[in-house]
Amino acid sequence: MSRLAVARTVAAVLAFAASVAFILVAPHWDKVGDIKGAQMGTYFIAIVGLNIVTGYTGQISLAQGAFMAVGGYTTAFLVTHGVRDLWTIPVAALVAGVFGFLLGIPALRLSGLYLALVTFGLAVAMPDLLAWDKLSSLTSGGQSIQLFGSKHLLGQGFNDVTVFGHTTSFNRAVYYLTWTLALVLFALAWLLLRGAPGRAFRAVRDSEVAAASSGVNIAAYKTVAFAIGAAYAGVAGSLLVIAVAFADPQSFPAKLSLTILVGAVIAGLGSMWGVLLGAAFVQFLPVASVHISKAQGVPDAIYGAALILIVLLLPTGIAGALKRAASPLTTRLYTRS
Amino acid sequence: MTEFLQQVVAGLASGSIYALLALGIVIIYRSTGVVNFAQGEMATFTTFIAWTLVDHGVGYWGAFGLTILIAFVGGIALERIVVRPVEGKPVINGVILTIGLFILLGGLSNWIWKAEVRSFPPSRPFPTSAWDLGGVAVSKQDAGILAVTLVLMALLWGLFRYTKLGLALRASALNPVASRLVGIRVGWMLGLGWGLAAAIGAVAGLFTAAANPPLDPNMMRPVLIYAFAAAVVGGLESPVGAVVGGLVIGVVLNLISTYDTHLHLDLDRVRLPVALALILIVLLARPTGLFGKQVVRRV
Amino acid sequence: MAPLLELEDVHARYGPVEALHGVSLSVGEGEVVAVLGGNGAGKTTTLRAVSGLVTTSGQVRFGGENITRAAPERVARAGIAHVPEGRDIFGELSVHENLRLGAYLQRGGFAQSYERVCGYFPWLERRRAQQAGTLSGGEQQMLAIARALMSQPRLLMLDEPSLGLAPIVVREIFGILGDLNEKEGLAVLVVEQNAKLALRSSSRAYVLEVGRVALEGPSTELAEDESVRNSYLGY
Repeated sequence: MSRLAVARTVAAVLAFAASVAFILVAPHWDKVGDIKGAQMGTYFIAIVGLNIVTGYTGQISLAQGAFMAVGGYTTAFLVTHGVRDLWTIPVAALVAGVFGFLLGIPALRLSGLYLALVTFGLAVAMPDLLAWDKLSSLTSGGQSIQLFGSKHLLGQGFNDVTVFGHTTSFNRAVYYLTWTLALVLFALAWLLLRGAPGRAFRAVRDSEVAAASSGVNIAAYKTVAFAIGAAYAGVAGSLLVIAVAFADPQSFPAKLSLTILVGAVIAGLGSMWGVLLGAAFVQFLPVASVHISKAQGVPDAIYGAALILIVLLLPTGIAGALKRAASPLTTRLYTRS
Repeated sequence: MTEFLQQVVAGLASGSIYALLALGIVIIYRSTGVVNFAQGEMATFTTFIAWTLVDHGVGYWGAFGLTILIAFVGGIALERIVVRPVEGKPVINGVILTIGLFILLGGLSNWIWKAEVRSFPPSRPFPTSAWDLGGVAVSKQDAGILAVTLVLMALLWGLFRYTKLGLALRASALNPVASRLVGIRVGWMLGLGWGLAAAIGAVAGLFTAAANPPLDPNMMRPVLIYAFAAAVVGGLESPVGAVVGGLVIGVVLNLISTYDTHLHLDLDRVRLPVALALILIVLLARPTGLFGKQVVRRV
Repeated sequence: MAPLLELEDVHARYGPVEALHGVSLSVGEGEVVAVLGGNGAGKTTTLRAVSGLVTTSGQVRFGGENITRAAPERVARAGIAHVPEGRDIFGELSVHENLRLGAYLQRGGFAQSYERVCGYFPWLERRRAQQAGTLSGGEQQMLAIARALMSQPRLLMLDEPSLGLAPIVVREIFGILGDLNEKEGLAVLVVEQNAKLALRSSSRAYVLEVGRVALEGPSTELAEDESVRNSYLGY
């Protein structure tokens, strides 16, 4: 292996270890806590999924929140019909993935901004769709689906949970569940992206014409990317519903899709290095803003201003900044290997 | 039949507002290549400024004019200071930037004016009565809004088509380098694009406030979605398309509300999904919108 | 008499890469000057340096005025019309609109410029409504030159006008340039890879190599020069 490859692997391992350490420690730190930490985990998963669709395959999607809704409502529906909550997670992923694939088909015809606007439309329309009477057999219309107390839910909602002989609070259990899944899904994505599929995705993103002439099936990769991204969102949505023990159209507003997109861009599209920090940003900046000032409207103003500043100063996100910072070292290693 | 026509006219009026906002979105997109997610919030912000002017004793129509001017200048400033760096960069940068602007302006509005219920305009700017055209009641307000929209559209069309400035604006969007070589100050042209769009947005905001009292800080949120739908359906590059799209969407949505009971589909509660479905159907047939240019890629 | 255009020790770079390493040249009033050289020699960069399209250091003076690093709009206002490589017309606009843009800086007298330009390119009037992008290569080149002329410039800068055009069209274009120079005293700075043609049409020429002036002198002399003949004229 070249020196550069060794260095990158070492850096990756260190970063991974640091992240795991942080995850183990975080719930004990009262600035973070179980609940916010778990929510950050769901954002993390959704961001990884969006990165596959938008960062690696180049299809701008503002519908990640809508797919989270699909996953979340799948879980809610199944739990109320007697399925153990943990088993609903893969089902939620599958259902969301199918919807993602279905969206990916018309998406083939749409380019750049048109796709962004259509997916934005989906994100905006989703709460209304969920509240629609005609779907109420599945979604219970505008009423929220209460899972609290269901014996199919971990701890029946907010009681202590016993796993492998250890008893922890419900929130703690959800936290660990979320982050375990997050790390597993991250590893899966990483393996996928560094292999041939990852290269194909990037080829599609960078030049469809060149990719097609090299034999890459553009349509297949684009739709599958959507499916995978949506599946990840489905898991995130499912975890969200489990954590709060109810599902409601207002749990998945358009703002959620924007939040995930912002998280992905801050993390750095097309790279996995910044995802944890991206998730932390979208989780904690609103919280921090409230600390700065509780005056009405100021936290939003700060968040908006921060977004603008980051786009202007760090257009390639945290991953891009890290790459730039490391470039003197990487060029040296590259030229010496 | 008269009921139908009446609803069409009412739909045209609400559609005019979508058309105005969509027009702003298209102008900004054509001149700077950015889709402005903050178009609605900019309109809301300027409408609140109008309220402040009226609150300080300026007459309604005076405030109307002054607000448009303020919006115009504000738009130019926004482009020069905040948007310029993302022009020519990947599309996603502009998306996040304008989303940030959307959130920032929303927060600022909330902070400066709080979320109180305000009555605005103080008195009805358009008379509340209606004309009777062959049995169809056309509210003067609706007619006024539609008329102003059409006049604005005609003025803009005239500007772009027949004036030197309009030609320079179009040229700057098409080929900035060649434009500079013939002496056009492209930087100012780009700013002008945003200024015009902000001014048009201000009009849209003022009309929305007039049509839906009391003044609500969230008033432009749904309008923005319909405006996007209009711009996309019409083709992001086509001002005519934006206006046609807006009017069509206004009419269709109004007719759905009216005749929904017959369909038993309860569509009125899902206006947004319906708008989305409309967009999808149009785009599947014509991926660049009804009036958009077909992009032929030479391989 | 001071030259109309003067470049003194001009360095130009694209980002971190320097393309001109101290180029000095001049164009006098009413002169036709050619810039020759192979690919990558810096010919296009020289014109772009005058127009303010690249980062420049050194001195660029036009009509005695310092225009180094001036913005392109400013350079155009000073009276320099630049026809870039590849024509660079407004393909989506009509022929007439392209010409109107050429006259952007004129306050009045559009009609007069238009008449003059149509005198040289009569077909422009006939095809005024045609979309510029649908013109042939030769016609686009002529349109680009016509557009440049609409601003009544004192100096016309052309970047590879013969590129991609049939010889008969090229002859026509250079004929017109010759007329413009003789009859109206328009100064021309032309960058060309077609050395034979360029030397025949100009009074003086510079040969650029790797961002520096390698040779300069009267065109007739350069045409006889051994090294020029070997490298650029093929015999």
